[in-house]
Amino acid sequence: MKKLALRDEILLKVEKPARYIGNEVNSVKKDPRGVDIRFVMCFPDVYEIGMSHLGIQILYDMFNRRDDVYCERVYSPWIDMDRVLREEHIPLFSLESQLPVKDADFLGITIQYEMCYTNILQILDLSQIPLNAADRGEEYPIVIGGGPCTYNPEPIAAFFDMFYIGEGETRYNDLMDIYKEIKASGGSRQDFLERAAELPGIYVPSFYDVSYCEDGTLKSMMPNNPHASRQVIKQLVMDMEQVSYPEKPLVPYLKATQDRVVLEIQRGCIRGCRFCQAGMVYRPVRERSLEQLEQYAVNILENTGHDEISLSSLSSSDYSRLKELVYFLIEKFRDKDVNISLPSLRIDAFSLDVMSRVQDVKKSSLTFAPEAGSQRMRNVINKGLTEEDILNGSAEAFRGGWNKVKLYFMLGLPTETKEDMEGIADLANKVAKEYYETVPKEERQGRVQVNVSTSFFIPKPFTPFQWASMFTKEEYLAKARVVNEAMKNQLNHKSLKYNWHEADVSVLEGVLARGDRRVSKVILDAYRRGCIYDSWSEFFDNGKWMEAFEAQDLDPAFYNLRERSLDELLPWDFIDTGVTKDFLKKEWKRAMEGTVSSNCRAQCQGCGVRKFGGGVCFEDQD
Amino acid sequence: MKIRIKFSKTGIMKFIGHLDVMRYFQKVNRRAGVDIAYSGGFSPHQIMSFASPLGLGLTSEGEYLDIEMNGTEDSRTMRDRMNHEMVEGMEILSYRRLPDTAKPAMSIVAAADYMVSSKEGYEEILWDGWKAFFASFCSQESILIWKKTKKCEKQVDIRPMIYEWRVEASGIFLRLAAGSADNLKPELLLEALFQYAGREFCPHAFSIHRLEIYADTGTEKEHSFIPLEEMGEEILIPVPRTEEDKP
Repeated sequence: MKKLALRDEILLKVEKPARYIGNEVNSVKKDPRGVDIRFVMCFPDVYEIGMSHLGIQILYDMFNRRDDVYCERVYSPWIDMDRVLREEHIPLFSLESQLPVKDADFLGITIQYEMCYTNILQILDLSQIPLNAADRGEEYPIVIGGGPCTYNPEPIAAFFDMFYIGEGETRYNDLMDIYKEIKASGGSRQDFLERAAELPGIYVPSFYDVSYCEDGTLKSMMPNNPHASRQVIKQLVMDMEQVSYPEKPLVPYLKATQDRVVLEIQRGCIRGCRFCQAGMVYRPVRERSLEQLEQYAVNILENTGHDEISLSSLSSSDYSRLKELVYFLIEKFRDKDVNISLPSLRIDAFSLDVMSRVQDVKKSSLTFAPEAGSQRMRNVINKGLTEEDILNGSAEAFRGGWNKVKLYFMLGLPTETKEDMEGIADLANKVAKEYYETVPKEERQGRVQVNVSTSFFIPKPFTPFQWASMFTKEEYLAKARVVNEAMKNQLNHKSLKYNWHEADVSVLEGVLARGDRRVSKVILDAYRRGCIYDSWSEFFDNGKWMEAFEAQDLDPAFYNLRERSLDELLPWDFIDTGVTKDFLKKEWKRAMEGTVSSNCRAQCQGCGVRKFGGGVCFEDQD
Repeated sequence: MKIRIKFSKTGIMKFIGHLDVMRYFQKVNRRAGVDIAYSGGFSPHQIMSFASPLGLGLTSEGEYLDIEMNGTEDSRTMRDRMNHEMVEGMEILSYRRLPDTAKPAMSIVAAADYMVSSKEGYEEILWDGWKAFFASFCSQESILIWKKTKKCEKQVDIRPMIYEWRVEASGIFLRLAAGSADNLKPELLLEALFQYAGREFCPHAFSIHRLEIYADTGTEKEHSFIPLEEMGEEILIPVPRTEEDKP
């Protein structure tokens, strides 16, 4: 029987001990002494969130196909367990072997959002691994980061030995082979880092020196080691048929956030919304084949016992064989009580038909993400959804029996005016009005419910808006007040509900998203002051963060409130995502003019990713 | 058709709570292709109910689960098929068909057997001869304890709820009242024991293992306990779905 790292007494004292014992269905059991490499994969947030992440499932499956590697998992211990581990000096352990993380060969951390940065330090700290990479000796694991936040790794560069820029399926096997070879020949940590740095997509921060101008902007970033190259190029899968997919994903005992089969139908997005980082860095769109997806769906449902399947992509409606896939799933699983959930679907006749078949219309709500309140503003952000689309879609849905609508918007977008903000309330009112005009009185099931949410726009690296300025917390709240007031003045205000995000978190996220290497001192300082689980509103402590900025003599305003000039050297410019800076500049200028750009299928905009030689760039060109 | 399943939950699975065990079985049934019946409605659920939830931290070799089936293979095949989908620490022990008139396990639970033993490393908390001390504790005519209910705290005599006890080499065997009428959790009994001894109670010093759950076919004066599984019969020949069960 499996031996646990923790005594019963501890496990019975904390909330949800199932977070710490492993042994989940489809978890992989290997003898850690019988492998060459122990790779501990980490999602730095609580178990139920981390277990919902598809990326780790993909890499866990891929690594464990190798006999010489044991890939295990670790998640952020919850606050109660965090306290116990510190008090008793128990080193953080992996779920599978229950052995200390610090004894592994690698600690791989997937970095999905900026607000998890202090949790990365928590993981290192509890593992008893030095927080700064520079302080790690030969005995410690190689700490490697991956995921969307690594498109600007600089604010957390000090904590990592290396970053993997791009999709994990492509280079990890080479990296493992190199590690094995160096370990066998008695090479050092430095030897490995140098060899690794020669692999495309691997970024070793310590191999670069940065200098700053007097005004605080970046002056230069130069390799200081002959093995490092000036540009690190994003790695991506070009043939989706040739990579593995986890057909036996882990099934947790606890109810995870995603308690269902997740089927990734494609990578990338053709739309080119100018605020969206995923839409830029995951270019070009690469679809999986219908036949493969059908096979995966059947196998994974069988292997997990889940009763729900969800299609995953940035914009499912753009998957060219969506209809066939969805009707296949409905046909195949109709009698097996399997739910089908379809997020990120455009509302049209097809999606309404599908939704009416797979969900309870009375209970479900319809979601639109116009992102901006006025057509002018939507043109600026290149969101090709018109008021007409929304009203027609709503009317059709109302006729189908729905009476709940959710609308998502952003505030603080570049060039935003008061009219654009008020447009949010106006659009919400029109949706409500559409209901009363479409559905005759006698057929109405009470009042229509229009729920409006706004978040504050945060400019992200490698988007056309990467140069944009942000606002202060007070300015953000004033914007939310404008919307709130406008809501109250609408004719159908009783059918409208409005809520907005916290403003101080957005300000901080802005700094972490576009920060440079100096920001790492602030993150470390905030962590030392007790900041942890910053993405959880009950734990976020803005006061401590502001103290940390003060103590480290950095000003959030420098990162957020200035509009960067187009020729400024940006901290992330050393990464090549395939999308050229010239293209981003062109899109930024078009945004300022309010000119829209077509999507990849309608007309190529020459963003640069054609050089990867596949995907949507070469569709219908056999 | 009603099926009663007996299973064990041992080792580290004692850290998986009751609701998660339910979700675990729903997925086992799907993976193993168990032809379980679903409730109607827009979000149908598998028709299953557990006899008596096991507390977090306890192990058991006598857990029960009743399910409603459309059709079934023979007991042995079903047991093997489900065990093929189990994780370490969970095992199907029996799979039996109940008479159609049988009441759900949950409503007939009357008693349960436990083995209480001391855990390694807790010698200091348990004093020498605690097992012998237990005899004097149980020989009291009444054992009054304060029991918390949802609304208030009230005093109850738990002595009548101890049906059987004996000191064995490996620990103390207990047969305690269980179910909706009288219910005595072994943890509560141990707490009372420590109180009797004038010592501070340490719940982690013991391991508690449930051995069996019973229904009572006797009278109020004279109990006649039978293990829940004995109310069902081994299925030797598969029972196909009936026409009306087909969707």
